[in-house]
Amino acid sequence: MDHQITLQVDGERSALTVDTRTSLLDALRERLGTTSAKKGCDHGQCGACTVLLDGRRVNSCLVLAVTAEDQEVTTSDGLAADGPHALHEAFVDHDAYQCGYCTPGQITSAAGVLAEAAQGWPSAVTEDLTAERTELTDAEIRERMSGNLCRCAAYANIVPAVADVAAAQGVRA
Amino acid sequence: MREFRYEKATDPAGAVALLADAPEGAYLGGGTNLVDLMRLGVATPDVLVDVRRLTSDQVEELPDGGLRIGAAVPNADLAADLRVRQRYPLLAQALLAGASGQLRNRATTGGNLLQRTRCTYFTDTTQPCNKRAPGSGCGAVTGLHRNHAVLGATDEGPDSPHTCVATHPSDLAVALRALDAEVRVLGRDGERTVAMADLHRLPGEDPARDTTLAHGELITAIDVPGLPWAVRSRYRKVRDRASYAFALISVAAAMDLDGSTVRDVRIALGGVAHAPWRATVAEDALRGGPATEEAFTAAAEAELAAAHPLPDNAFKVPMATSTLVRTLLQISAEARA
Repeated sequence: MDHQITLQVDGERSALTVDTRTSLLDALRERLGTTSAKKGCDHGQCGACTVLLDGRRVNSCLVLAVTAEDQEVTTSDGLAADGPHALHEAFVDHDAYQCGYCTPGQITSAAGVLAEAAQGWPSAVTEDLTAERTELTDAEIRERMSGNLCRCAAYANIVPAVADVAAAQGVRA
Repeated sequence: MREFRYEKATDPAGAVALLADAPEGAYLGGGTNLVDLMRLGVATPDVLVDVRRLTSDQVEELPDGGLRIGAAVPNADLAADLRVRQRYPLLAQALLAGASGQLRNRATTGGNLLQRTRCTYFTDTTQPCNKRAPGSGCGAVTGLHRNHAVLGATDEGPDSPHTCVATHPSDLAVALRALDAEVRVLGRDGERTVAMADLHRLPGEDPARDTTLAHGELITAIDVPGLPWAVRSRYRKVRDRASYAFALISVAAAMDLDGSTVRDVRIALGGVAHAPWRATVAEDALRGGPATEEAFTAAAEAELAAAHPLPDNAFKVPMATSTLVRTLLQISAEARA
């Protein structure tokens, strides 16, 4: 059944009519031509479709487009609106990808990790749960990025790429 | 995916009214499980009533020092709440041990409790499954069941309409079971409170039903009672990967020590049954006794004495025992430090 919605994607508003079954990911890719977020598993397991929804990272394959009305959707492309984001630069500097298919999801997820760390959010590997400051150690980055799979196994370079930006943003010593 | 109508209500009572008129409809929370099940053809609602922003998304103080968690509070926000981290470490740890950062941002507290089993026969519409297709039998009991139940299951063979060896997948529910939380539910006849002990059910002869909620009942909040000694508590999860995997075994435990004596204790197990498993046998064995490794081991073995493992998940029995012992040792060590 069709439903009329307005989506705000990377700063642009678009009105469109979608079948209620359409995922946010398919609305982005198939209707708006925004192919930054990728379809990997389509089950919320691989993280290739990660976008920021009102600044929070989510799997866009599990979000129905009709529920995303009036929320700001940001893809990896959107993070580069004013030139490459620090994460883009760090991924290039550290060769943090091979085929690159998972990279836009890795970038948006890492942006989410940095924002969560700035708010002092703990993770499953945080020793002191009551600490108000988050220190993004390598172990913390691995745990917090575990929702993003990389079939090329570029993990060894993704961790230092995220670590560089974390240090620059003051959430890593 | 079956076609569905998308509905939004203006308040929780409106949502309840919408679903009362839709026998095949469903509430949509974060959608992290439901949307996937719809895509797989396992869930086939003809109406979705979006409740993600309808109930409270706040954590509020209760007079007894406990917390009222709005059903719409995202898992990530609940885990980050400093009061939860300080008062109920096991609750924060259970949330953080579940899913991924992306999923925790989207999944709601109410929805977490109502997620369905990840049994691969349940999620594959070409396989027999009494939970998904009542009366079709159980593929798991003679098939792949390494991750399945060892306590409280129904095993009358693969062709019985009653057989179900599925486990409940939620980490949060295990912690809330240990804490004796209460679930506030809104239905056509008003609000009622359901103890966590009564929310999830064992399969019995009706494995299709995960919970005791009636169609159209909406979880509005979860009350976690004050429990000052829960500051000494832990959630320990054993899984196949270091992160982002469901529990083989998990233990939620809180312990109140008087010197080297166990004054009181709360224990719930995950990954072992169709519902979060409150370890009352172990609790009774421990209460008033010494806080020693020997006593912890005897209590854990007494709890698991009722286990009926299948050929490929017998490892869960010693794993549950040792995980429980290690968790209690960790809490007692922290208490003495």
